[in-house]
Amino acid sequence: MSEIALDLRHLSKVYANGKVALEDVSLQVPAGTFYALLGPNGAGKSTLINMLADIVRPGGGTARLFGHDMFRERAWCKRHMGVVPQEVAFDPFFNPREVLKITSGMFGCKPDMAWIDELLDRLELREQERKTTRQLSGGMRRRLLVAQALVHKPPLVILDEPTAGVDVELRRRLWDFMRELNAAGTTILLTTHYLEEAEELCEHVTIIDRGRVGTDRPMRELMREVAGRYLWLSYGEGFVLTDADKEALAAFQPRSNGRGVCLTLRHAQGGFHEAYEAAVARFGPPQDAGVRQEDLEDVFIRLTRKDNLS
Amino acid sequence: MRPVNPRGAWTLFVRETHRFMKVKMQTIVAPALTAVLYLLIFRYAMGARSVPGLDVDYFSFLIPGLIMMAMLQNAFANTSSSIIVGKVMNVHIYLLMAPLSAIETVAAFLAAAMMRALVVAGVLLLVLAPFSDLGFAHWELIMFYGVCGSILMGGLGLIGGMWAKKFDDMALVNNFIIMPLTFLSGVFYSVTQLPPLWQTVNHFNPFFYLIDGFRYGFIGVGDTDPYMALWVVGGSTLICMLVCWYLWHIGWKVKE
Repeated sequence: MSEIALDLRHLSKVYANGKVALEDVSLQVPAGTFYALLGPNGAGKSTLINMLADIVRPGGGTARLFGHDMFRERAWCKRHMGVVPQEVAFDPFFNPREVLKITSGMFGCKPDMAWIDELLDRLELREQERKTTRQLSGGMRRRLLVAQALVHKPPLVILDEPTAGVDVELRRRLWDFMRELNAAGTTILLTTHYLEEAEELCEHVTIIDRGRVGTDRPMRELMREVAGRYLWLSYGEGFVLTDADKEALAAFQPRSNGRGVCLTLRHAQGGFHEAYEAAVARFGPPQDAGVRQEDLEDVFIRLTRKDNLS
Repeated sequence: MRPVNPRGAWTLFVRETHRFMKVKMQTIVAPALTAVLYLLIFRYAMGARSVPGLDVDYFSFLIPGLIMMAMLQNAFANTSSSIIVGKVMNVHIYLLMAPLSAIETVAAFLAAAMMRALVVAGVLLLVLAPFSDLGFAHWELIMFYGVCGSILMGGLGLIGGMWAKKFDDMALVNNFIIMPLTFLSGVFYSVTQLPPLWQTVNHFNPFFYLIDGFRYGFIGVGDTDPYMALWVVGGSTLICMLVCWYLWHIGWKVKE
Protein backbone atom coordinates (compact mmCIF):
# COMPACT_ATOMS: atom_id res chain seq x y z
CA MET A 1 0.00 0.00 0.00
CA SER A 2 0.97 3.63 -0.54
CA GLU A 3 2.94 5.38 2.18
CA ILE A 4 0.42 8.18 2.06
CA ALA A 5 -2.92 6.98 3.40
CA LEU A 6 -4.91 10.02 2.40
CA ASP A 7 -3.79 12.49 -0.22
CA LEU A 8 -6.12 15.44 -0.72
CA ARG A 9 -5.31 18.05 -3.34
CA HIS A 10 -7.09 21.35 -3.88
CA LEU A 11 -10.43 20.19 -2.53
CA SER A 12 -13.22 22.69 -2.74
CA LYS A 13 -16.91 22.61 -2.02
CA VAL A 14 -19.58 25.21 -2.56
CA TYR A 15 -23.08 24.31 -1.36
CA ALA A 16 -26.18 25.00 -3.43
CA ASN A 17 -26.95 28.02 -1.24
CA GLY A 18 -23.61 29.56 -2.25
CA LYS A 19 -21.82 28.87 1.03
CA VAL A 20 -18.16 28.15 0.43
CA ALA A 21 -17.36 25.25 2.77
CA LEU A 22 -13.94 24.28 1.45
CA GLU A 23 -11.46 26.29 -0.56
CA ASP A 24 -8.34 24.71 -2.02
CA VAL A 25 -7.76 22.31 0.85
CA SER A 26 -4.72 20.06 0.44
CA LEU A 27 -3.29 17.70 3.01
CA GLN A 28 -1.45 14.41 3.12
CA VAL A 29 -1.97 11.91 5.90
CA PRO A 30 0.95 9.46 6.09
CA ALA A 31 -0.01 5.82 6.56
CA GLY A 32 0.10 4.68 10.17
CA THR A 33 -0.16 8.14 11.72
CA PHE A 34 -2.56 9.52 14.29
CA TYR A 35 -3.50 12.76 12.57
CA ALA A 36 -5.48 15.68 13.95
CA LEU A 37 -7.77 17.76 11.78
CA LEU A 38 -8.81 20.71 13.88
CA GLY A 39 -10.82 23.82 13.35
CA PRO A 40 -13.54 25.91 14.97
CA ASN A 41 -17.21 25.14 14.37
CA GLY A 42 -18.15 25.71 10.75
CA ALA A 43 -14.54 25.52 9.59
CA GLY A 44 -15.34 22.84 7.02
CA LYS A 45 -14.03 19.73 8.82
CA SER A 46 -17.27 17.81 8.62
CA THR A 47 -17.84 18.85 5.02
CA LEU A 48 -14.41 17.49 4.20
CA ILE A 49 -15.09 14.22 6.00
CA ASN A 50 -18.57 13.87 4.54
CA MET A 51 -17.16 14.46 1.09
CA LEU A 52 -14.68 11.63 1.59
CA ALA A 53 -17.43 9.41 3.03
CA ASP A 54 -19.69 10.08 -0.01
CA ILE A 55 -22.36 11.76 2.10
CA VAL A 56 -21.72 15.11 0.42
CA ARG A 57 -21.10 15.40 -3.31
CA PRO A 58 -17.51 16.31 -4.16
CA GLY A 59 -16.75 19.79 -5.43
CA GLY A 60 -13.36 20.35 -7.06
CA GLY A 61 -10.00 18.72 -6.44
CA THR A 62 -8.75 15.18 -6.04
CA ALA A 63 -8.65 12.72 -3.17
CA ARG A 64 -6.68 9.49 -3.07
CA LEU A 65 -6.86 6.76 -0.46
CA PHE A 66 -3.77 4.56 -0.46
CA GLY A 67 -3.27 5.64 -4.06
CA HIS A 68 -6.87 4.95 -5.18
CA ASP A 69 -9.04 7.76 -6.52
CA MET A 70 -11.73 8.30 -3.91
CA PHE A 71 -14.18 9.88 -6.33
CA ARG A 72 -13.80 7.23 -9.05
CA GLU A 73 -13.01 4.06 -7.11
CA ARG A 74 -15.66 4.64 -4.50
CA ALA A 75 -16.33 1.00 -3.64
CA TRP A 76 -12.69 0.14 -3.00
CA CYS A 77 -12.13 3.26 -0.95
CA LYS A 78 -15.28 2.79 1.14
CA ARG A 79 -14.20 -0.74 2.04
CA HIS A 80 -10.85 0.59 3.25
CA MET A 81 -12.21 3.44 5.31
CA GLY A 82 -14.32 3.63 8.46
CA VAL A 83 -16.00 6.87 9.46
CA VAL A 84 -17.47 7.87 12.81
CA PRO A 85 -19.95 10.61 11.91
CA GLN A 86 -20.27 13.68 14.04
CA GLU A 87 -24.03 13.39 14.45
CA VAL A 88 -25.32 10.43 16.38
CA ALA A 89 -27.14 8.09 14.00
CA PHE A 90 -28.87 4.96 15.18
CA ASP A 91 -31.26 2.48 13.69
CA PRO A 92 -34.09 2.10 16.23
CA PHE A 93 -35.06 -1.37 14.97
CA PHE A 94 -31.90 -3.23 15.90
CA ASN A 95 -29.65 -3.95 18.86
CA PRO A 96 -25.89 -3.23 18.87
CA ARG A 97 -24.92 -6.79 17.89
CA GLU A 98 -27.35 -6.77 14.97
CA VAL A 99 -26.19 -3.31 13.92
CA LEU A 100 -22.58 -4.50 13.79
CA LYS A 101 -23.47 -7.61 11.81
CA ILE A 102 -25.49 -5.52 9.36
CA THR A 103 -22.77 -2.90 8.97
CA SER A 104 -20.19 -5.60 8.42
CA GLY A 105 -22.33 -7.24 5.74
CA MET A 106 -23.10 -3.98 4.00
CA PHE A 107 -19.37 -3.34 3.73
CA GLY A 108 -19.10 -6.68 1.95
CA CYS A 109 -17.55 -8.63 4.84
CA LYS A 110 -18.74 -11.84 6.39
CA PRO A 111 -19.43 -10.81 10.00
CA ASP A 112 -16.40 -11.71 12.12
CA MET A 113 -18.09 -12.65 15.39
CA ALA A 114 -14.84 -12.72 17.38
CA TRP A 115 -14.07 -9.18 16.27
CA ILE A 116 -17.64 -8.05 16.97
CA ASP A 117 -17.34 -9.55 20.47
CA GLU A 118 -14.07 -7.72 20.98
CA LEU A 119 -15.55 -4.43 19.80
CA LEU A 120 -18.52 -4.84 22.14
CA ASP A 121 -16.11 -5.57 25.00
CA ARG A 122 -13.61 -2.83 24.26
CA LEU A 123 -16.30 -0.22 23.73
CA GLU A 124 -18.15 -1.45 26.81
CA LEU A 125 -21.38 -2.28 25.02
CA ARG A 126 -21.50 -5.95 25.98
CA GLU A 127 -24.22 -5.47 28.59
CA GLN A 128 -26.34 -3.57 26.09
CA GLU A 129 -25.78 -5.87 23.12
CA ARG A 130 -29.38 -7.19 23.18
CA LYS A 131 -31.07 -3.86 23.90
CA THR A 132 -32.41 -1.87 20.98
CA THR A 133 -30.41 1.22 20.12
CA ARG A 134 -33.38 3.27 21.25
CA GLN A 135 -32.65 2.13 24.82
CA LEU A 136 -29.00 3.22 24.74
CA SER A 137 -27.70 6.42 26.27
CA GLY A 138 -26.11 9.11 24.11
CA GLY A 139 -22.60 8.00 25.08
CA MET A 140 -23.40 4.37 24.29
CA ARG A 141 -24.81 5.29 20.90
CA ARG A 142 -21.64 7.21 20.13
CA ARG A 143 -19.52 4.21 21.11
CA LEU A 144 -21.65 2.09 18.82
CA LEU A 145 -20.80 4.48 15.99
CA VAL A 146 -17.13 3.88 16.73
CA ALA A 147 -17.72 0.11 16.64
CA GLN A 148 -19.54 0.46 13.31
CA ALA A 149 -16.59 2.34 11.84
CA LEU A 150 -14.21 -0.42 12.92
CA VAL A 151 -16.27 -3.53 12.25
CA HIS A 152 -14.91 -4.08 8.72
CA LYS A 153 -11.32 -3.51 9.94
CA PRO A 154 -10.49 -0.55 7.70
CA PRO A 155 -6.87 0.63 7.43
CA LEU A 156 -8.04 4.26 7.69
CA VAL A 157 -10.42 5.38 10.41
CA ILE A 158 -11.87 8.89 10.44
CA LEU A 159 -13.21 9.99 13.79
CA ASP A 160 -15.37 13.10 13.64
CA GLU A 161 -15.64 14.17 17.27
CA PRO A 162 -16.07 10.63 18.57
CA THR A 163 -15.94 11.47 22.27
CA ALA A 164 -18.58 14.19 22.53
CA GLY A 165 -20.89 13.15 25.37
CA VAL A 166 -18.63 10.28 26.49
CA ASP A 167 -17.50 10.45 30.11
CA VAL A 168 -13.86 10.99 31.03
CA GLU A 169 -13.05 7.44 32.11
CA LEU A 170 -14.59 5.87 29.02
CA ARG A 171 -12.90 8.45 26.84
CA ARG A 172 -9.54 7.43 28.19
CA ARG A 173 -10.24 3.76 27.57
CA LEU A 174 -11.48 4.56 24.07
CA TRP A 175 -8.25 6.39 23.32
CA ASP A 176 -6.23 3.48 24.68
CA PHE A 177 -8.05 1.27 22.19
CA MET A 178 -7.42 3.74 19.36
CA ARG A 179 -3.74 3.88 20.29
CA GLU A 180 -3.56 0.09 20.06
CA LEU A 181 -5.19 0.13 16.65
CA ASN A 182 -2.83 2.85 15.53
CA ALA A 183 0.17 0.91 16.84
CA ALA A 184 -1.07 -2.08 14.84
CA GLY A 185 -0.95 0.04 11.66
CA THR A 186 -4.35 1.70 11.39
CA THR A 187 -4.18 5.29 10.22
CA ILE A 188 -6.43 7.53 12.28
CA LEU A 189 -7.70 10.95 11.29
CA LEU A 190 -9.26 12.68 14.27
CA THR A 191 -11.32 15.79 14.66
CA THR A 192 -12.14 16.82 18.18
CA HIS A 193 -12.85 19.85 20.31
CA TYR A 194 -10.92 18.25 23.20
CA LEU A 195 -7.63 19.71 22.13
CA GLU A 196 -5.64 18.21 24.98
CA GLU A 197 -6.58 14.81 23.55
CA ALA A 198 -5.41 15.80 20.09
CA GLU A 199 -2.15 17.10 21.55
CA GLU A 200 -1.60 13.89 23.47
CA LEU A 201 -2.58 11.47 20.70
CA CYS A 202 -1.67 12.99 17.37
CA GLU A 203 1.65 13.21 15.60
CA HIS A 204 0.53 15.72 13.01
CA VAL A 205 -1.99 18.51 13.00
CA THR A 206 -3.83 20.42 10.31
CA ILE A 207 -5.95 23.35 11.35
CA ILE A 208 -8.58 24.52 8.93
CA ASP A 209 -10.60 27.65 9.34
CA ARG A 210 -13.35 29.00 7.16
CA GLY A 211 -12.68 26.33 4.57
CA ARG A 212 -8.97 26.92 4.23
CA VAL A 213 -5.89 25.20 5.64
CA GLY A 214 -4.27 27.54 8.14
CA THR A 215 -1.61 25.35 9.72
CA ASP A 216 -0.27 21.98 8.64
CA ARG A 217 2.72 20.60 10.52
CA PRO A 218 3.90 17.91 12.91
CA MET A 219 2.48 18.35 16.40
CA ARG A 220 5.89 18.57 18.07
CA GLU A 221 7.09 21.16 15.58
CA LEU A 222 3.94 23.21 16.08
CA MET A 223 4.27 23.12 19.83
CA ARG A 224 8.01 23.86 19.69
CA GLU A 225 7.89 26.66 17.16
CA VAL A 226 4.46 28.18 17.51
CA ALA A 227 3.46 27.50 21.09
CA GLY A 228 5.09 30.09 23.27
CA ARG A 229 4.54 31.30 26.75
CA TYR A 230 2.02 33.77 27.92
CA LEU A 231 1.70 36.15 30.80
CA TRP A 232 -1.59 36.07 32.64
CA LEU A 233 -2.69 38.91 34.88
CA SER A 234 -5.70 38.63 37.11
CA TYR A 235 -7.99 41.64 37.71
CA GLY A 236 -10.95 39.88 39.26
CA GLU A 237 -14.45 38.97 38.02
CA GLY A 238 -16.09 41.20 35.44
CA PHE A 239 -12.90 42.19 33.67
CA VAL A 240 -13.67 43.37 30.13
CA LEU A 241 -11.18 43.65 27.31
CA THR A 242 -12.31 46.45 25.02
CA ASP A 243 -11.42 46.91 21.37
CA ALA A 244 -9.26 49.85 22.41
CA ASP A 245 -7.38 47.59 24.84
CA LYS A 246 -6.88 45.01 22.11
CA GLU A 247 -5.52 47.63 19.81
CA ALA A 248 -3.20 49.07 22.42
CA LEU A 249 -1.82 45.63 23.33
CA ALA A 250 -1.97 44.16 19.83
CA ALA A 251 1.73 43.23 19.91
CA PHE A 252 0.96 40.70 22.65
CA GLN A 253 -2.21 39.23 21.09
CA PRO A 254 -4.32 39.90 24.20
CA ARG A 255 -7.29 37.69 25.16
CA SER A 256 -9.48 37.64 28.19
CA ASN A 257 -11.14 34.92 30.21
CA GLY A 258 -13.44 37.37 32.03
CA ARG A 259 -11.22 37.66 35.09
CA GLY A 260 -8.07 39.07 33.55
CA VAL A 261 -5.92 39.20 30.48
CA CYS A 262 -3.44 36.85 28.81
CA LEU A 263 -0.57 38.30 26.79
CA THR A 264 1.54 36.18 24.46
CA LEU A 265 5.26 36.45 25.07
CA ARG A 266 7.38 36.51 21.98
CA HIS A 267 8.88 33.09 21.58
CA ALA A 268 12.57 33.82 21.19
CA GLN A 269 13.06 37.03 23.07
CA GLY A 270 10.85 36.44 26.07
CA GLY A 271 9.40 39.93 26.37
CA PHE A 272 8.10 39.48 29.92
CA HIS A 273 8.92 43.00 31.08
CA GLU A 274 7.46 44.68 28.03
CA ALA A 275 4.21 42.75 28.36
CA TYR A 276 3.91 43.28 32.10
CA GLU A 277 4.58 47.00 31.88
CA ALA A 278 2.16 47.43 28.99
CA ALA A 279 -0.59 45.69 30.97
CA VAL A 280 0.07 47.67 34.15
CA ALA A 281 0.09 50.91 32.15
CA ARG A 282 -3.27 49.96 30.69
CA PHE A 283 -5.09 48.30 33.60
CA GLY A 284 -3.05 49.07 36.71
CA PRO A 285 -1.34 46.56 39.04
CA PRO A 286 -2.86 43.07 38.83
CA GLN A 287 -4.16 41.07 41.79
CA ASP A 288 -2.08 38.12 40.69
CA ALA A 289 0.15 37.22 37.73
CA GLY A 290 2.21 34.39 36.27
CA VAL A 291 3.82 32.92 33.18
CA ARG A 292 2.51 29.73 31.57
CA GLN A 293 3.44 27.54 28.64
CA GLU A 294 0.88 27.53 25.86
CA ASP A 295 -0.84 24.26 25.11
CA LEU A 296 -2.50 23.27 21.84
CA GLU A 297 -5.71 24.98 22.87
CA ASP A 298 -3.93 28.30 23.31
CA VAL A 299 -2.17 27.90 19.99
CA PHE A 300 -5.44 26.91 18.34
CA ILE A 301 -7.26 29.94 19.71
CA ARG A 302 -4.46 32.22 18.65
CA LEU A 303 -4.24 30.75 15.15
CA THR A 304 -7.96 30.79 14.50
CA ARG A 305 -8.69 34.25 15.84
CA LYS A 306 -10.79 36.23 13.39
CA ASP A 307 -8.17 38.95 13.04
CA ASN A 308 -5.44 36.41 12.44
CA LEU A 309 -6.48 35.06 9.09
CA SER A 310 -4.28 35.49 6.14
CA MET B 1 -19.94 2.24 -9.87
CA ARG B 2 -20.30 -1.34 -11.09
CA PRO B 3 -22.11 -3.92 -8.96
CA VAL B 4 -19.37 -5.42 -6.80
CA ASN B 5 -20.91 -6.07 -3.45
CA PRO B 6 -23.52 -8.85 -3.59
CA ARG B 7 -23.09 -9.56 0.13
CA GLY B 8 -23.79 -5.90 0.87
CA ALA B 9 -26.94 -5.95 -1.25
CA TRP B 10 -28.09 -9.18 0.39
CA THR B 11 -27.46 -7.70 3.84
CA LEU B 12 -29.45 -4.61 2.96
CA PHE B 13 -32.29 -6.81 1.73
CA VAL B 14 -32.20 -8.84 4.96
CA ARG B 15 -32.08 -5.63 7.02
CA GLU B 16 -35.12 -4.24 5.25
CA THR B 17 -36.97 -7.53 5.62
CA HIS B 18 -36.14 -7.80 9.33
CA ARG B 19 -37.25 -4.24 9.81
CA PHE B 20 -40.83 -4.96 8.79
CA MET B 21 -40.89 -8.34 10.48
CA LYS B 22 -39.90 -6.71 13.78
CA VAL B 23 -43.11 -4.70 13.70
CA LYS B 24 -45.34 -7.37 12.20
CA MET B 25 -48.40 -6.28 14.13
CA GLN B 26 -48.26 -3.06 12.21
CA THR B 27 -46.99 -4.38 8.89
CA ILE B 28 -48.66 -7.80 8.52
CA VAL B 29 -51.49 -8.24 11.02
CA ALA B 30 -53.01 -4.76 10.67
CA PRO B 31 -53.45 -4.96 6.85
CA ALA B 32 -55.07 -8.39 7.27
CA LEU B 33 -57.50 -7.02 9.84
CA THR B 34 -58.31 -4.03 7.62
CA ALA B 35 -59.03 -6.33 4.68
CA VAL B 36 -61.33 -8.51 6.80
CA LEU B 37 -63.19 -5.40 7.93
CA TYR B 38 -63.65 -4.23 4.33
CA LEU B 39 -64.90 -7.65 3.44
CA LEU B 40 -67.42 -7.81 6.27
CA ILE B 41 -68.70 -4.29 5.57
CA PHE B 42 -69.14 -4.87 1.86
CA ARG B 43 -70.67 -8.29 2.38
CA TYR B 44 -73.52 -6.72 4.34
CA ALA B 45 -73.71 -3.68 2.05
CA MET B 46 -73.78 -5.66 -1.19
CA GLY B 47 -75.47 -8.87 -0.07
CA ALA B 48 -75.25 -11.68 -2.61
CA ARG B 49 -75.24 -9.43 -5.65
CA SER B 50 -73.07 -10.06 -8.69
CA VAL B 51 -70.83 -7.45 -10.27
CA PRO B 52 -72.66 -5.94 -13.26
CA GLY B 53 -71.14 -6.87 -16.60
CA LEU B 54 -68.70 -9.41 -15.22
CA ASP B 55 -71.07 -12.14 -14.11
CA VAL B 56 -69.12 -12.89 -10.96
CA ASP B 57 -70.20 -12.71 -7.33
CA TYR B 58 -69.06 -9.62 -5.50
CA PHE B 59 -67.03 -11.50 -2.92
CA SER B 60 -64.86 -13.24 -5.47
CA PHE B 61 -64.49 -9.91 -7.25
CA LEU B 62 -63.53 -8.02 -4.11
CA ILE B 63 -60.99 -10.35 -2.51
CA PRO B 64 -58.25 -10.20 -5.19
CA GLY B 65 -58.64 -6.42 -5.31
CA LEU B 66 -58.23 -6.14 -1.57
CA ILE B 67 -55.15 -8.35 -1.65
CA MET B 68 -53.58 -6.32 -4.44
CA MET B 69 -54.43 -3.04 -2.74
CA ALA B 70 -52.73 -4.23 0.45
CA MET B 71 -49.70 -5.39 -1.53
CA LEU B 72 -49.37 -2.02 -3.26
CA GLN B 73 -49.78 -0.03 -0.06
CA ASN B 74 -47.34 -2.19 1.88
CA ALA B 75 -44.70 -2.20 -0.84
CA PHE B 76 -44.91 1.59 -0.91
CA ALA B 77 -44.79 1.85 2.87
CA ASN B 78 -41.75 -0.43 3.16
CA THR B 79 -39.40 1.66 1.06
CA SER B 80 -40.82 5.08 1.86
CA SER B 81 -40.78 4.57 5.63
CA SER B 82 -37.30 3.09 5.60
CA ILE B 83 -35.85 6.00 3.65
CA ILE B 84 -37.65 8.75 5.54
CA VAL B 85 -36.90 7.20 8.96
CA GLY B 86 -33.30 6.87 7.82
CA LYS B 87 -33.17 10.52 6.83
CA VAL B 88 -34.84 11.77 9.99
CA MET B 89 -32.70 9.55 12.26
CA ASN B 90 -29.60 10.26 10.15
CA VAL B 91 -29.06 6.51 9.60
CA HIS B 92 -29.17 6.94 5.84
CA ILE B 93 -25.53 7.99 5.99
CA TYR B 94 -24.63 4.33 6.54
CA LEU B 95 -26.32 3.53 3.26
CA LEU B 96 -24.34 6.26 1.57
CA MET B 97 -21.06 5.27 3.22
CA ALA B 98 -21.42 1.57 2.40
CA PRO B 99 -19.71 0.31 -0.77
CA LEU B 100 -23.02 -0.36 -2.50
CA SER B 101 -23.72 0.68 -6.06
CA ALA B 102 -27.02 2.32 -6.96
CA ILE B 103 -28.10 -0.92 -8.67
CA GLU B 104 -27.41 -2.95 -5.54
CA THR B 105 -29.10 -0.47 -3.24
CA VAL B 106 -32.23 -0.13 -5.37
CA ALA B 107 -32.43 -3.89 -6.02
CA ALA B 108 -32.23 -4.62 -2.27
CA PHE B 109 -34.91 -2.07 -1.40
CA LEU B 110 -37.27 -3.22 -4.14
CA ALA B 111 -36.75 -6.90 -3.32
CA ALA B 112 -37.58 -6.19 0.34
CA ALA B 113 -40.68 -4.22 -0.69
CA MET B 114 -41.75 -7.15 -2.85
CA MET B 115 -41.09 -9.57 0.00
CA ARG B 116 -43.31 -7.56 2.33
CA ALA B 117 -46.04 -7.38 -0.31
CA LEU B 118 -45.85 -11.14 -0.88
CA VAL B 119 -45.96 -11.90 2.85
CA VAL B 120 -48.98 -9.62 3.25
CA ALA B 121 -50.63 -11.25 0.20
CA GLY B 122 -50.02 -14.70 1.62
CA VAL B 123 -51.53 -13.78 4.98
CA LEU B 124 -54.54 -12.12 3.35
CA LEU B 125 -55.14 -15.13 1.12
CA LEU B 126 -55.12 -17.38 4.17
CA VAL B 127 -57.49 -15.07 6.03
CA LEU B 128 -59.86 -14.20 3.18
CA ALA B 129 -59.95 -17.41 1.16
CA PRO B 130 -62.33 -19.17 3.59
CA PHE B 131 -64.95 -16.51 2.82
CA SER B 132 -65.07 -17.42 -0.88
CA ASP B 133 -64.37 -20.24 -3.32
CA LEU B 134 -61.62 -18.25 -5.01
CA GLY B 135 -59.88 -19.95 -7.92
CA PHE B 136 -56.52 -19.43 -9.62
CA ALA B 137 -57.56 -19.04 -13.25
CA HIS B 138 -54.23 -17.67 -14.49
CA TRP B 139 -51.46 -18.03 -11.88
CA GLU B 140 -48.91 -16.50 -14.30
CA LEU B 141 -50.93 -13.26 -14.35
CA ILE B 142 -51.24 -13.30 -10.56
CA MET B 143 -47.46 -13.60 -10.26
CA PHE B 144 -46.72 -11.04 -12.95
CA TYR B 145 -49.09 -8.38 -11.66
CA GLY B 146 -48.22 -9.10 -8.02
CA VAL B 147 -44.49 -8.83 -8.60
CA CYS B 148 -44.67 -5.83 -10.96
CA GLY B 149 -47.13 -4.01 -8.70
CA SER B 150 -44.89 -4.52 -5.67
CA ILE B 151 -41.79 -3.35 -7.51
CA LEU B 152 -43.59 -0.37 -9.00
CA MET B 153 -44.97 0.73 -5.65
CA GLY B 154 -41.70 -0.03 -3.85
CA GLY B 155 -40.00 2.18 -6.41
CA LEU B 156 -42.52 5.00 -5.95
CA GLY B 157 -41.99 4.66 -2.18
CA LEU B 158 -38.25 4.96 -2.67
CA ILE B 159 -38.66 8.09 -4.77
CA GLY B 160 -41.18 9.53 -2.29
CA GLY B 161 -38.84 8.79 0.62
CA MET B 162 -35.93 10.46 -1.15
CA TRP B 163 -38.05 13.50 -1.94
CA ALA B 164 -39.57 13.90 1.55
CA LYS B 165 -37.75 15.92 4.17
CA LYS B 166 -40.05 15.04 7.04
CA PHE B 167 -42.79 12.57 7.94
CA ASP B 168 -45.41 15.14 7.01
CA ASP B 169 -44.17 15.22 3.40
CA MET B 170 -44.49 11.47 3.26
CA ALA B 171 -48.00 11.58 4.69
CA LEU B 172 -48.85 14.10 1.97
CA VAL B 173 -47.75 11.72 -0.79
CA ASN B 174 -49.45 8.77 0.86
CA ASN B 175 -52.77 10.41 1.64
CA PHE B 176 -53.18 12.63 -1.40
CA ILE B 177 -51.64 10.52 -4.16
CA ILE B 178 -51.26 6.88 -3.27
CA MET B 179 -54.45 6.34 -1.29
CA PRO B 180 -56.80 8.01 -3.83
CA LEU B 181 -55.14 6.21 -6.74
CA THR B 182 -55.49 2.82 -5.02
CA PHE B 183 -59.05 3.42 -3.83
CA LEU B 184 -60.11 4.72 -7.25
CA SER B 185 -58.51 1.89 -9.17
CA GLY B 186 -61.44 -0.47 -9.23
CA VAL B 187 -60.80 -2.41 -6.06
CA PHE B 188 -64.41 -2.04 -4.93
CA TYR B 189 -66.17 -1.63 -8.27
CA SER B 190 -66.00 -2.55 -11.91
CA VAL B 191 -65.27 0.45 -14.12
CA THR B 192 -68.28 -0.53 -16.27
CA GLN B 193 -70.41 0.67 -13.36
CA LEU B 194 -69.00 4.20 -13.74
CA PRO B 195 -70.26 7.02 -16.03
CA PRO B 196 -68.33 7.15 -19.36
CA LEU B 197 -66.17 10.11 -18.32
CA TRP B 198 -65.00 8.36 -15.15
CA GLN B 199 -64.41 5.16 -17.05
CA THR B 200 -61.98 7.09 -19.26
CA VAL B 201 -60.35 8.74 -16.24
CA ASN B 202 -59.94 5.33 -14.62
CA HIS B 203 -57.99 4.11 -17.63
CA PHE B 204 -55.36 6.77 -16.92
CA ASN B 205 -54.85 5.41 -13.41
CA PRO B 206 -51.91 2.96 -13.59
CA PHE B 207 -53.13 1.18 -10.45
CA PHE B 208 -56.31 0.24 -12.30
CA TYR B 209 -54.35 -2.08 -14.62
CA LEU B 210 -52.52 -3.64 -11.68
CA ILE B 211 -55.72 -4.38 -9.78
CA ASP B 212 -57.64 -5.53 -12.83
CA GLY B 213 -54.87 -7.77 -14.15
CA PHE B 214 -54.25 -9.30 -10.75
CA ARG B 215 -57.96 -9.94 -10.29
CA TYR B 216 -58.20 -11.47 -13.77
CA GLY B 217 -55.58 -13.97 -12.65
CA PHE B 218 -57.96 -15.22 -9.97
CA ILE B 219 -61.43 -15.01 -11.50
CA GLY B 220 -60.69 -15.07 -15.22
CA VAL B 221 -62.71 -11.93 -16.04
CA GLY B 222 -61.88 -8.24 -15.86
CA ASP B 223 -62.46 -4.77 -17.26
CA THR B 224 -59.49 -4.81 -19.63
CA ASP B 225 -57.48 -7.33 -21.58
CA PRO B 226 -54.81 -8.28 -19.02
CA TYR B 227 -52.45 -9.51 -21.72
CA MET B 228 -52.49 -6.08 -23.37
CA ALA B 229 -52.04 -4.40 -20.00
CA LEU B 230 -48.92 -6.49 -19.41
CA TRP B 231 -47.04 -4.04 -21.59
CA VAL B 232 -48.35 -1.01 -19.72
CA VAL B 233 -47.50 -2.52 -16.33
CA GLY B 234 -44.19 -4.08 -17.41
CA GLY B 235 -43.09 -0.84 -19.08
CA SER B 236 -44.11 1.30 -16.09
CA THR B 237 -42.23 -1.01 -13.74
CA LEU B 238 -39.11 -0.89 -15.86
CA ILE B 239 -39.25 2.90 -16.14
CA CYS B 240 -39.78 3.19 -12.39
CA MET B 241 -36.74 0.98 -11.70
CA LEU B 242 -34.60 3.05 -14.05
CA VAL B 243 -35.74 6.29 -12.44
CA CYS B 244 -34.96 4.87 -8.97
CA TRP B 245 -31.51 3.78 -10.12
CA TYR B 246 -30.77 7.17 -11.66
CA LEU B 247 -32.00 9.19 -8.68
CA TRP B 248 -30.04 7.07 -6.21
CA HIS B 249 -27.00 7.20 -8.47
CA ILE B 250 -26.97 11.00 -8.43
CA GLY B 251 -27.92 11.17 -4.74
CA TRP B 252 -31.10 13.13 -5.44
CA LYS B 253 -32.28 14.81 -2.21
CA VAL B 254 -30.06 12.56 -0.09
CA LYS B 255 -26.63 14.06 -0.77
CA GLU B 256 -25.85 17.74 -0.44
